[in-house]
Amino acid sequence: MNPADISSWISDAQKAFSAASDLDQLKIARLAHTGDKAPISLASRTLGSLSPDEKASAGKLIGDAKSEIAQALAAATEKLEAERDAKVLLEEVVDITLPVQRSHRGGLHPISIIKNEISDFFIEQGFAVEEGPELESGWLNFDALNIPADHPARTMQDTFFIEPLDSGVVLRTHTSPVQIRTMLTQEPPIYVICPGRTFRADELDATHSPVFHQVEGLVIDKGITMAHLKGTLDNFARHMFGPDVTTRLRPSFFPFTEPSAEVDIFFNGRWIEWGGCGMVNPKVLATCGIDTDVYSGFAFGMGLERTLMVRHGITDMHDIVEGDLRFTRQFGVGL
Amino acid sequence: MRAPLSWIKEFVEIPKNVTPEQISDALIRVGFEVEEIIVQGADLTGPLVFGKVLSIEEITEFKKPIRYVGLDCGEKETRYVICGATNFVVGDLIVAALPGAVLPGNFAIGARETYGKTSNGMICSAKELGLGEDHSGIMTFQEGTVNIGDDAIEGLMINDIIFDVAVNPDRGYALSIRGIAREVAAALDLPFTDPVDALRTLTFAETGKGVSAKIADPSTASVFYLRTLSNFDPRATTPIWMRRRIEKMGMRSISLVVDITNYVMLELGQPLHAFDKSKIKGGLTIKRAGKAQPFTTLDGQVRQLDPDDLMVCDDAQPLALAGTMGGAHSEISATTTDIALEAVRFDPVCVAKNSRRHKLSSEASRRLERSVDPSLAQYASARFVQLLTENSSAQHVATVVDGQPRFAPAVKLDPTYVSRTLGFDISASTIAQVLRTVGCDVNEKTFEVDPPSWRSDLLTAADLTEEVARMVGYDKIPSILPPRPLHASLTSTQKRRRAIAQMLASRGLAEVQTFPFTNQETIDSMGFLGERASTYRIANPMSEEFPLMRVHLVPGLIEVAQRNISRGAKDFAIFEMGSIFRSSQKLVPFISPDLSKRPSKKIIDEIFASVPPQAFHVAGLLVGKTENEDWQGKARAYSWQDAIGFAQDILQLCNLQWTVKRSDFAPWHPGRCAELIVDGKAVAHAGELHPRIVAQYGLPERSVAFAVGLSALPDTERVRPTTVGTMPAALQDVALIVDESVSAAQVEAALRSGAGDLLESITLFDRYDKLGDGKISLAFSLVFRAADRTLTGTEVTHMRESAVAAAAKETGAILRTA
Repeated sequence: MNPADISSWISDAQKAFSAASDLDQLKIARLAHTGDKAPISLASRTLGSLSPDEKASAGKLIGDAKSEIAQALAAATEKLEAERDAKVLLEEVVDITLPVQRSHRGGLHPISIIKNEISDFFIEQGFAVEEGPELESGWLNFDALNIPADHPARTMQDTFFIEPLDSGVVLRTHTSPVQIRTMLTQEPPIYVICPGRTFRADELDATHSPVFHQVEGLVIDKGITMAHLKGTLDNFARHMFGPDVTTRLRPSFFPFTEPSAEVDIFFNGRWIEWGGCGMVNPKVLATCGIDTDVYSGFAFGMGLERTLMVRHGITDMHDIVEGDLRFTRQFGVGL
Repeated sequence: MRAPLSWIKEFVEIPKNVTPEQISDALIRVGFEVEEIIVQGADLTGPLVFGKVLSIEEITEFKKPIRYVGLDCGEKETRYVICGATNFVVGDLIVAALPGAVLPGNFAIGARETYGKTSNGMICSAKELGLGEDHSGIMTFQEGTVNIGDDAIEGLMINDIIFDVAVNPDRGYALSIRGIAREVAAALDLPFTDPVDALRTLTFAETGKGVSAKIADPSTASVFYLRTLSNFDPRATTPIWMRRRIEKMGMRSISLVVDITNYVMLELGQPLHAFDKSKIKGGLTIKRAGKAQPFTTLDGQVRQLDPDDLMVCDDAQPLALAGTMGGAHSEISATTTDIALEAVRFDPVCVAKNSRRHKLSSEASRRLERSVDPSLAQYASARFVQLLTENSSAQHVATVVDGQPRFAPAVKLDPTYVSRTLGFDISASTIAQVLRTVGCDVNEKTFEVDPPSWRSDLLTAADLTEEVARMVGYDKIPSILPPRPLHASLTSTQKRRRAIAQMLASRGLAEVQTFPFTNQETIDSMGFLGERASTYRIANPMSEEFPLMRVHLVPGLIEVAQRNISRGAKDFAIFEMGSIFRSSQKLVPFISPDLSKRPSKKIIDEIFASVPPQAFHVAGLLVGKTENEDWQGKARAYSWQDAIGFAQDILQLCNLQWTVKRSDFAPWHPGRCAELIVDGKAVAHAGELHPRIVAQYGLPERSVAFAVGLSALPDTERVRPTTVGTMPAALQDVALIVDESVSAAQVEAALRSGAGDLLESITLFDRYDKLGDGKISLAFSLVFRAADRTLTGTEVTHMRESAVAAAAKETGAILRTA
């Protein structure tokens, strides 16, 4: 058994395997170089006729050779199988840029989104979110807020009245009655915001709607000052309009606060009136049974539509109230 | 409230270098919003001269009347101009823009050929000169008030700055030049001359008997000055300076007497009313109308008086609606020679009620209902006498007074209250100084603060604190976060609402918010009945079209769907969350407890209970296809299953258990509406909308909707989970034949009840309705599992048979064998 022959069988097999361009050709090469008629197989069969000494050395030679051929075969098989698989995947290619989304696009109304955003901000600040009814007692909506009948302040808010008129039930003109409800049912310290829908008899136009939303805040605690009001508003304004926004308080008049102020923001290069605020009028605290020697408080209120319009550059109220899907869907779920 | 700078300057020494913007900023700083700074005359250049109409040639061959007018403008030759206005006659004095002049709007005047004539200038209206909105005709002037040929820019005092100031309801005193000027002076720390100071010592000789004045009820008015004048020549004219000031304030010049009443009101803030004395029978009394009767106000309107209306009456009849508007009967006319001038400090509420009852808001009522300085009745009426006697032949006869001014009491102020409220230190001496600036007398020892006569709004320490704050400047208030609770969270109800909205929005529904108003036709067309149809009516709705509060969310969704369809949308899903307003309780009369202290628990509960419950709902409307059709193929239409599925998903999100039954319930299809029941209460309905409604509102056929009463849902109980078993499950399928009248829910419930505790889940995997004979087949897949062992075949068979037996017993189901 000539080692040179064996060596050439190995290299023949290796060459044949690597020459195979697909698995079918490899099968032919495998049969030729490892099948019954392959030189190595034939040589292997002659081993029995050799002397024990020769047998041992030739057997090792042939065994090593078979192992080397098997390795070459395995390598070639692996390579060709990988090539075959890759080719199949390549044939299965699709145009993944085709439009696939066909479900309807939903979304929250932008007023809900901004209400959620404001609620979340204040909850992080330790404020609870209080809500109240939209049909409201006139006593809670006006009288308890130091807005007496026949005072010009009442005509500041064009009110929708519910029949019969002697019931005094109105569509609430602001969310302030929720503040009164809170003070009548909870003990200080009180830290709440009251978001909700409100009503005033204004014609619908680009900037007004008879149905709109407010968010109000109320804090009653020991030692509360107007500086706390300013701090809270500054914080709130930065959250809503970005870190660069500045606020300004201007003296104003609301029957339920004294001192009263308008809060303006400097946003996009101009001063914009954002809402009203002030220190809760001691008269209102007295009506709610809060000891003004111990407690003081502040309150503020903003329109949600106005906040939304200012922040997002919306110019027409109609878009907010009409429910056109093309408008609402732009806001997604507010993430 | 308008305020011309030229008039403010009469009372405030404003240095030349102070700009209008600085004045405006100062006013804003002390709480007066300046809505507009009107610069009059900035875009006007002359020559603008007064002229006299010498001749008028009417040119008639054109569509509109045209006049060819000869003018004496103080030139050698008569100047001819074309004019389209007709409100003047020969001899009238007018103002003409001559060639070379440029009027506001960059309107250059030149000699031009028009209507076949040469027009050498233009006769001007107030609007053309930028002096107001009046374009009804050209400006005319009374003889003797202007000089022909004089420069009219100077003569009409056109160059001026006018501030348009928003005055809050608590600051009635600022509805006057006196008030605004005082604020300007205080805000800029400039010397101020109170025009009243010159009037305090003004007295007039008594030359006869005046008309008597009486306040019948002191609660309606505190002080009544009535000044009688005689020998007035009604041909007297209003001096041009006074007319121009009145016009700059946005009012019109009427006659000298009326103009002076208005002028004094604008200057000082006290409304005045002048009566033609010859029309007064006996004396004047301020009293209630007493009975309903017609009354003609001087705007010519006949009004039906309420017995409660406060009137100024003579011995025979009411002559004026107190503080609101005079009557036609006693109004100053072109023949009036004797005058009775009324100045009263009326009770603000009485005037407000007069004004409200007659929907009549006048310059007078606007001031009086905001409180007028009680000392002004005297001084303003004196100012009237002064101006009228100076500008006419009128002579003072007598002054009669009833009542006396009532002033607000002094306020005891703890100076530390100011710092404690504002959040920064202000010394007692600063507080005293600031309060003096706004007119208070301050005793620095006791800190008794006596507010000035014009500040009836300064009643409490809080009121004074605001005065200090606005004078020191709100910008001095520091910005500090308050101490806050360490924790807060949304309530479970709030979290639930938010989760539902997020779920629906994430699954393709767009949220809408509609006005909660409706009408009877809508309620009827939906088929709502009984309590579901009854609601509250708005006494003064925006539109008679929608006078009622909504009883359901679906009609609003239908309206939004219609709008979207009309704008081209076809396939979509929308939802709304909000209150509905069924009138489940009769409204009780207004409960109005004393405001000075907290009402009793009982009264508070009564007030809360007087507000009707308002249920909070979520509803959705699904129209057209469930998906957008595209290259991937067709999409299926929304069906009743989708609507019911959303309703159930909402209950599932709340982790509630429910049962389903078919319901004939408006506005749904009577055969295709599911009622979802939680704890025995119907909380939701869903399915196909009634075909009649779908057709009536033009929705796509078989549109579907759901509505869930969120406030009717019980709270979610804390979950106590069972351990999840890891033993193998045993699957058993059963097919049952039942009458088609039997619902799948009934069969499923029976199977569950019979299957025992080891039933893990049950799924309807097939429904076959082609068996005939009114029978259907329902095939269920049952999964059994024990926590501690592998179930034996015998056990499983037994449980399945037990389930089928229960179904057979409850629903007449027969096991399908083939």
